[in-house]
Amino acid sequence: MHAQRSAVLFAWLLLAPALLYVTIIVAYPLVDTFILSFTDASLKRTTEWVGWVNYEKIFNSTFAEVIIRTFVWTFFSVSIKMIIGTFGATMLNSAVPGRALFRVLTMPPWIVPMAIGIFMWGWMYNGQFGMISGLLQRVGLVSGPVAFLAQGSTAFWATVITDVWIGVPMVTLYMLAAMQAIPQDLYEAAWTDGAGRFYRWRRITLPLLLPSMITMSMLSLIATFNSFDIIWILTQGGPNGETTTMIIDTYRTAIGSKKYGEGAARAVLICIFLSIFCICYFRVTSRLSAGDKK
Amino acid sequence: MKEPPILINRYKWYEIVGIYCGIAVFLTFVLSPFVEGFLVSLKPLSQLFSSPYRFWPENGSFEAYRTMWVSVPGFGWYIFNSFFISGIVTCIVLVLVVPAAYAFARFEFRGRGPLLGAFLAVNMFSGAVLLIPLFRLMRTFGVLNTYLAMIVPGVAFLIPSAIWLLRTYMMRIPKELDEAAYVDGASHFYTLRRVILPIAMPGITVVAITTFIGSYAQQFIFALTFNSKSEYMPLPVGLFAYFGRQEVIWNELMAASFVGIAPAMIVIFFLQRYLVSGLTAGAVKQ
Repeated sequence: MHAQRSAVLFAWLLLAPALLYVTIIVAYPLVDTFILSFTDASLKRTTEWVGWVNYEKIFNSTFAEVIIRTFVWTFFSVSIKMIIGTFGATMLNSAVPGRALFRVLTMPPWIVPMAIGIFMWGWMYNGQFGMISGLLQRVGLVSGPVAFLAQGSTAFWATVITDVWIGVPMVTLYMLAAMQAIPQDLYEAAWTDGAGRFYRWRRITLPLLLPSMITMSMLSLIATFNSFDIIWILTQGGPNGETTTMIIDTYRTAIGSKKYGEGAARAVLICIFLSIFCICYFRVTSRLSAGDKK
Repeated sequence: MKEPPILINRYKWYEIVGIYCGIAVFLTFVLSPFVEGFLVSLKPLSQLFSSPYRFWPENGSFEAYRTMWVSVPGFGWYIFNSFFISGIVTCIVLVLVVPAAYAFARFEFRGRGPLLGAFLAVNMFSGAVLLIPLFRLMRTFGVLNTYLAMIVPGVAFLIPSAIWLLRTYMMRIPKELDEAAYVDGASHFYTLRRVILPIAMPGITVVAITTFIGSYAQQFIFALTFNSKSEYMPLPVGLFAYFGRQEVIWNELMAASFVGIAPAMIVIFFLQRYLVSGLTAGAVKQ
């Protein structure tokens, strides 16, 4: 009994530093955001309690539009990431010479500091001198220069594609690992029965991959919802706010205009959405792992 | 026994062509910005700012790789800062995470599951959401515009995945080892230091590498918001120095980017095996 108690005590001692750190740097700010959202905090010295005013302001502004845009942006980004990632993983999972090298070549967008990859895309999107506009003109798909980041509709897709590009390596390598975890004898059995390659992929790989796909989509959803660097560096939310997502809007309000209170209210909304995703994620993964044990 | 896997993997010629085409399309998407970026770094500015667009450099040279040091003299510092910040972040994360992961992997105590869940939930919030209170917190600590303003918040958001990764690794170490040490009269602390740590070293190395890379890749937002002194700027923010008043010096910016990412690329090349297993371990286990 004594040994048991000392073990528990020791475990808490081991946990204490990390726990304390995360409490101060993450949990406290979370609570502080919540409190701030009910005040008019800004650069001025005094801060007053204003109740729900910040939230009312949010819903009187164009924020509803921003919320919808964030969801659309996130939806497309995550879906495209999953499709390209699963496609890439399927290709890299083939037993062809050079696949170890191809796997390494998949990683750079993920490993390189995000800002650098984004700069490269920024130049590629340049209207007059950039590669994409230039090549499209060369091929004859467009007649004049297209400044991708200067028009709302193209800027929206340009930021989505850059986000996809940064997210694809992780999805690919994750799906690849999941594919390699599928027992080989399933394929051999199907092969003995005369099943073709595509049939095996559709009837064995895809169904067994589904749990990993769901897990990855959820993780990707959360990361994408939080995406800041890409839009900030490429467009800062412009033109005319057409690439302004919730995170960008919050940053502009809080850090740009120094309206901490209003910014905090926006951040609280983001936290609420994230918590919902988070709960869904834990529900889904625990159900999936419960399914495994059956 | 070896027969089936070899036969099953024998492709017809058109399948091989299809697979290589698929890989080519995929890798083109992944790598084209790097190819274009590299070619841009070789082109003189006059060619960059001319229409129509030409893919290959004419009179290409490595001139930009020399002039980049002249037009932004602080560039060497930015790389050093990036390494310095990531290095310190990695050390702090390891000090905090190794004991915590051991506690989660080995000890039964009330609230273990929810606590682990709470740590993982930290992953859900990026620094961007908590920027306002973090800014106030850094101001209260008096560390705005110092290295610490970028290190302190950076650590917090790297802790969760590090704990998860290392816990998974430590759970695979046979429990008999601890018990044998305990029976021999070793204290818990001694067991951790003399038995577990040496065995867990490969796992700790993977966590260190992934944390370093994560920190190297994600310095942007804290550096942008909490630091305005150019002598402390890390690479991602420092590169904005190439954005002039009139125009961006694109060839030097790209040259500087490649010099800046070279270290990370070398790391990938030598350690990719560990990286892949490390980065995907937690996820596939589920």
